[in-house]
Amino acid sequence: MTRSLDRTEISLMAGLPVLIALGFVLPEWIVNYIQVSLGTGLVALGVMIQMRAGLVSFGQGLYFCIGGYAAGLAGKFAGISDIFLLLALGIVASVAVSFVLGFLLRRYREIFYAMLSLAVSMILFGLLSSIEELGSTDGFNLPAATYFGWAPQDETAKYALYIATCIPTILCAFLLNRYLRSPTGFIGEAIRENELRVEYLGTSAHRAVHIKYVLAATVSGIGGVLWALALGHVDPEMTNWTTSGQFVFIAILSGTGNIVAPLFGTFILEIVRVYAVEVSPNTWQMILGIVMLLTIIFLPKGLWSLIRKSTTVNTQRQKTSEVRPGGE
Amino acid sequence: MLTAVAIAVDGLGFAAWLFLSSVGLTLIYGVMRILNIAHGGFYALGAYSAAWSVGLYVQTGSNVAFTYLLIPAAAIVVGVVAGLLIERGVLRFMYGRDEVLMVLVTYALFLILEDATKLIWGTESYVAFQPAYYLGTIDVFDIPYTVYKFLIIGVAVLCGLSLWLVLTHTRSGKLLLVVIEDREISSALGINVTLFFTVTFVIGATLGALGGAITAPEISVSPGIGAEVIVMAFAVIVIGGMGSVGGAMIGAVIVGLARAASVHIYPPAELFSIYLVMAAVLAVKPYGLFALAEGRKI
Amino acid sequence: MTTLLQTSNLERLFGAVTAASNINVRIDAGEVLGVIGSNGAGKTTFVNMVTGYLKPTSGQILYRGRDITGKPTRDITRLGICRSFQIPQLFLELSALDNMLIALTIAKQKKPVFLRPAITSSIKRAAMDHLARFRIDGYADQEVATLPQGVRKLIDIAMATVADPDLLFLDEPTSGVSADEKMHFMEVLINALKATKTAVLFIEHDMEIVETFSPRVIAFYEGKILADGPTKEVLENAKVREFVIGSEFHRKSDIGEASSSEKGEE
Repeated sequence: MTRSLDRTEISLMAGLPVLIALGFVLPEWIVNYIQVSLGTGLVALGVMIQMRAGLVSFGQGLYFCIGGYAAGLAGKFAGISDIFLLLALGIVASVAVSFVLGFLLRRYREIFYAMLSLAVSMILFGLLSSIEELGSTDGFNLPAATYFGWAPQDETAKYALYIATCIPTILCAFLLNRYLRSPTGFIGEAIRENELRVEYLGTSAHRAVHIKYVLAATVSGIGGVLWALALGHVDPEMTNWTTSGQFVFIAILSGTGNIVAPLFGTFILEIVRVYAVEVSPNTWQMILGIVMLLTIIFLPKGLWSLIRKSTTVNTQRQKTSEVRPGGE
Repeated sequence: MLTAVAIAVDGLGFAAWLFLSSVGLTLIYGVMRILNIAHGGFYALGAYSAAWSVGLYVQTGSNVAFTYLLIPAAAIVVGVVAGLLIERGVLRFMYGRDEVLMVLVTYALFLILEDATKLIWGTESYVAFQPAYYLGTIDVFDIPYTVYKFLIIGVAVLCGLSLWLVLTHTRSGKLLLVVIEDREISSALGINVTLFFTVTFVIGATLGALGGAITAPEISVSPGIGAEVIVMAFAVIVIGGMGSVGGAMIGAVIVGLARAASVHIYPPAELFSIYLVMAAVLAVKPYGLFALAEGRKI
Repeated sequence: MTTLLQTSNLERLFGAVTAASNINVRIDAGEVLGVIGSNGAGKTTFVNMVTGYLKPTSGQILYRGRDITGKPTRDITRLGICRSFQIPQLFLELSALDNMLIALTIAKQKKPVFLRPAITSSIKRAAMDHLARFRIDGYADQEVATLPQGVRKLIDIAMATVADPDLLFLDEPTSGVSADEKMHFMEVLINALKATKTAVLFIEHDMEIVETFSPRVIAFYEGKILADGPTKEVLENAKVREFVIGSEFHRKSDIGEASSSEKGEE
């Protein structure tokens, strides 16, 4: 199974120790941003793998929020703070919800997929905003993470959580890369291009979309747990459509060419945001909008295509992964 | 009984507001196949410009009655200007592109409009309640309602009717239906499709702005209203079937009543109920109640 | 000869319109069979019903004695019935090779596989071999959208045959192929298919191609089967001559060779 690692997988494996080492070397504020953006980066990854099949989810925040709230609720009401248990809960909740909703979503394509995913995420938004026990729109705080009973303090706690964020993130990216290269993932590209033919070749496009949807939900849920633990707080804004829009933004900006791109993209965006908001708080969204427009018009395969242009092994693969859903 | 009346009147009030806010969206989608997220931006622009101009006007101490002209005027000005700028400046270069891509483009435009609104009017709230109370209240089964609420219902019905009349009884309207049916053949027949697109977009944008402007006296106009309204407008037009004006009307009534019912029976479910209705309708009728038929063949 | 497919009283209505009625067809293993009939005669409707794209309004479809009426397309493909399309159904933004790779990947994947790479050197080789069978391996790396119609038709057919079907429907394989290339095109095609013992049903408007390649012909007219039998008999049938061939393309018509290329496309 581990035969034929591709370049991305090798980079990811090599990147993990480097990433962890950076946690001890870089200034604390940068490490914080890396940690936060690994969480949201996972959600962007979830958006990106759906885009491979031409599906744009404007409601990926749903699973980001489900992951975060699963961890938060377990902490608040059951006193659970073990990170592995919280991750497991986040995964179970995301898989369960996405498995059920998948039966509905998998029937839709194009803008209907975008709108319905948005609608279901807003159901949760409406629900959480109105539950006072959960702090309504303010949300609530999470306990500090523990590790099989070990409860580190101060600096140690920071590093422990940082490492505990890096490992699942890289693992998810690795497995998703595998998935995209596997027959099941490969069918996604075919679905984007011509679903009728996919059915006539003897497989269910609905099932392939369902699988994709659940996988995207799972990584987004994991991202939600990690993000919530990093910030120590959750609120319904996690599932507001504007949050989901940002994940779409990152996926557009990074393109669908490489699994690492959304993780980088999230980090860069996070850093740029800090400065932009400081310099001119009321033009940040405008900058985002303009950058997005320019990306769509001039770099339909995302910024990553600039970096990879000269080193691409299989040009065809890259070429086909732009955001251009099937149909004529 | 009282609750039922309250739900009916409030529901119609919500429905009128929802219809005005979403009919432009469905019109633009029907004609141009663009699901315009920036519609939320038009709504916000309309609300801000109305609240701001009403505020300025009221300060002068003049007769409030004039604001009933000022509100639509403000909406028309910002709607036409913003609509023209966006259609001529950006969208016309993207026609014929994939529908999903157009959603992303209009999302980018929405972000830009959000900040443009903040740059013009700042981040504080605007309150311009005078027009809502100037006409007084009337009692329906002992429940007082502002006359303004009924005025909005009237405007919504008027807008719906005139759109329907224009589409079915005028030459331009009929030509527009032809454009909707087949863009390429219309073009070949010598219909100026580009002009129809521009006009449709500007009308759609103006309707969005009108939706915002007319609501402004009833709410506190603050950042984020565009993001809120756009998802409700989506729900309305998806329920009705995207691209159908009649569908938007039915969708608005359904969502309006559902929302009013939850407000009166179980308030926490207010937001939640709208999307639930939408998801329920879609689970049964995947493309809405009055979806435009789409042929498909091998 | 074993019977592969047997339909009985197949009927399909679209609202008040009868697209097909009383369709009784038997196809034996390994046979080659032509279908003629003007546009709207119900030929494609018949193929759509058998391959599960359309549900018959009534009637029954038996495949190897099993009832497959109303089964989804993908299940019917897995049972060994495949088809090509009048308008090629391809993955337009991908290369010809990628199209074949996807087809082979799906054909080989019976259950979802997540962690094994889809593209290996052996599957790549198989895809190239398959393209070579149809003599289109030279186009392997080109994006399908840029290829000429004739090549697209062959890719479409090549994709329909990756699973080695027992029964293959070709919906107007030569439409979009220029008149003087049609014969050669069909030769490549039938030769590629003969190696596999696949039963082939092809819809065709060119009577000379029908005469050359299919020993048996079914003539459709207004949703019904007008005649079914050995090619010679069917083509000489008075009703077929009046209702079907009258409106069809004759390569050796009385008008002569000169005009035939003009009438070639329809």
